[in-house]
Amino acid sequence: MTTEPAAQDVVRQTVPRGPRTPREPDDAGASLWRVAARRLRRNPGAIVGAVIVLLFVLVALLAPVLAPYGAGALPGRAEIRPTVIPGPSDAFPLGLDRYGADLLSQLIWGARASLLIGILSTVLGLLGGALLGLLAGAFGGWVDTVTMRLVDLMLSVPSLLLAVSVAAVIGQTPSAIIIAIGVVQVPIFARLLRGSMLAQRDQDYVLAASSLGLGRRTVVMSHILPNSLSPVIVQATLMLATAVIEAAALSFLGLGGGSPTSAEWGRMLTAAQNELEVAPRLAMWPGVCIAVTALGFTLFGEALREALDPKTRKR
Amino acid sequence: MARLVLRRLALLIPTLLGLSILLFLWVRALPGGPATALLGERATPEAVARINELYGFDRPILEQYVTWIGELVRGNFGVSTRTGVPVMEEFLARFPATIELTVVALLIAIGVGIPLGYVAARHQGRALDHGTVVLSLLGVTIPVFFLAFLLKYLFAVQLGWFPSAGRIDPSMIATHPTGFYVLDGLLTREWDASWDALLHLVLPAVALGSIPLAIIARITRASVIEVQGADYVRTARAKGLRPPRLRRRVVIRNAMLPVATTIGLQVGLLLSGAVLTETVFAFNGIGSFLAEAIFALDYAVLQGFILFVAVVYALANLAVDVSYGLIDPRMRAR
Repeated sequence: MTTEPAAQDVVRQTVPRGPRTPREPDDAGASLWRVAARRLRRNPGAIVGAVIVLLFVLVALLAPVLAPYGAGALPGRAEIRPTVIPGPSDAFPLGLDRYGADLLSQLIWGARASLLIGILSTVLGLLGGALLGLLAGAFGGWVDTVTMRLVDLMLSVPSLLLAVSVAAVIGQTPSAIIIAIGVVQVPIFARLLRGSMLAQRDQDYVLAASSLGLGRRTVVMSHILPNSLSPVIVQATLMLATAVIEAAALSFLGLGGGSPTSAEWGRMLTAAQNELEVAPRLAMWPGVCIAVTALGFTLFGEALREALDPKTRKR
Repeated sequence: MARLVLRRLALLIPTLLGLSILLFLWVRALPGGPATALLGERATPEAVARINELYGFDRPILEQYVTWIGELVRGNFGVSTRTGVPVMEEFLARFPATIELTVVALLIAIGVGIPLGYVAARHQGRALDHGTVVLSLLGVTIPVFFLAFLLKYLFAVQLGWFPSAGRIDPSMIATHPTGFYVLDGLLTREWDASWDALLHLVLPAVALGSIPLAIIARITRASVIEVQGADYVRTARAKGLRPPRLRRRVVIRNAMLPVATTIGLQVGLLLSGAVLTETVFAFNGIGSFLAEAIFALDYAVLQGFILFVAVVYALANLAVDVSYGLIDPRMRAR
């Protein structure tokens, strides 16, 4: 270990440094996350993604204030005829749906439902996966073998189809979708964290920590684990996009209960299916909401991945 | 190569066994047990007891499992509670439709995605490249069923260029020896039937192919950019290899390796997407069948479907590994 500063000095002396632009602060010495935050701020994709996500989160949080009508309320029921679904008007900015609910209110309450499902299921998948990955990565041996076989097994079925069957078994409740999407994320996070921990295990700093006499638990929990988390966090951000889309897909297929009038983007698309010729806007708006939310999470996740990737650093 | 295939096929057995155990326990973990699942919530105790005896649910659990596995091996996936027809029979009748749809979707994805990614990489940083990057981002964020809606509305409802639902015009009288409608028309020389079936395929296949297309274009672009800058490409150029030959023999060949893996990974996405696309276009494949089974809580179908898909998925991944050997000589040596 004592040779290390010397080696760095040699590098410093012999490797010529290219001209640095004055705006480029020195990354050396700054923490991983501080550097990442700085790089995120300079990435237009990250900013667009963050703005989209924040916007939808705000809409979801402020739904009771923003939505002109309550969730599931049918203020325009009297105006609905079998062949007429009134379009935008002063009272209903985006028009009504088949049942007489205000489309804008439904979309706003839908943001709440869709984001909640997406976030809760990803948290569930992250926690479950991290626990399994931690077990496998920390103990190795037969624990690792058993866990990873289980993970392989779950990955042997395409995720959406696995989610469909899990949700179908749990029954027609909204939590079925959250659990189903969370469950199919578990193997992905487990494998990722385990791989990341294995890559850290042979690093010098781990050896150093062990030689200082730290217990295995301390080494794993306070040294290996924190250093293995960044790919998991990136994956979780990207997974939020997948979760929102898959949640919509499951409720589009009729899973998760709820009535045709419930304010949830996927369910709104199912209902719109029959009105495509009469009122295509009923499909348009919830579809755009899902896509834009997914876009926000994807842009931010990709930018985060780039910002944390040592290979693309110092560019 | 034959050994690789055999070894991979052998590895499939423990996976399927494990999966079958999970599925077996899954149905038995249902609230009220499988008999209630079959009969519904309001079943009388006598009916439940009769079903338990009939299906052997009252036997020791290990015996039940062995019996069930024995049936599965013989291709007996049970009987659909909704239609009363053996699950396997239903699958086999509908599977050609799904294969037809996914194959055309994959061909679109490969046929458009690879050239698009390649051209973008060759014009890195220019408008075409940025366009491709944006397109591939949209491709993965637009839900496939929403895209299916958009295509259906625009090209079927508004413009009327393509039919909006089904596999073939109901008034079309045609024989179907294989179940692949486009192929059937060609075999029986019923050209109009073949053409009609093809027209019915276009919109669902484009919708279904959108996600793999975006992913393939993106990976191709990244891979070509990486290979273009590799030392061995510079060496080959320095040794006087002409650019067209260099691109064909060195750049494309090496850049295709990650693309081949990616294509294999799309099979799962395609099968999942088929469930949604078939629902939107009332395309009578196993996907829409599964969607109907979900509504009816038809567990035999759900269970059979998962096993069926796992086998298809595993075989597809095996095919990718084999194709890897064909592209990369280094893999053949192992």
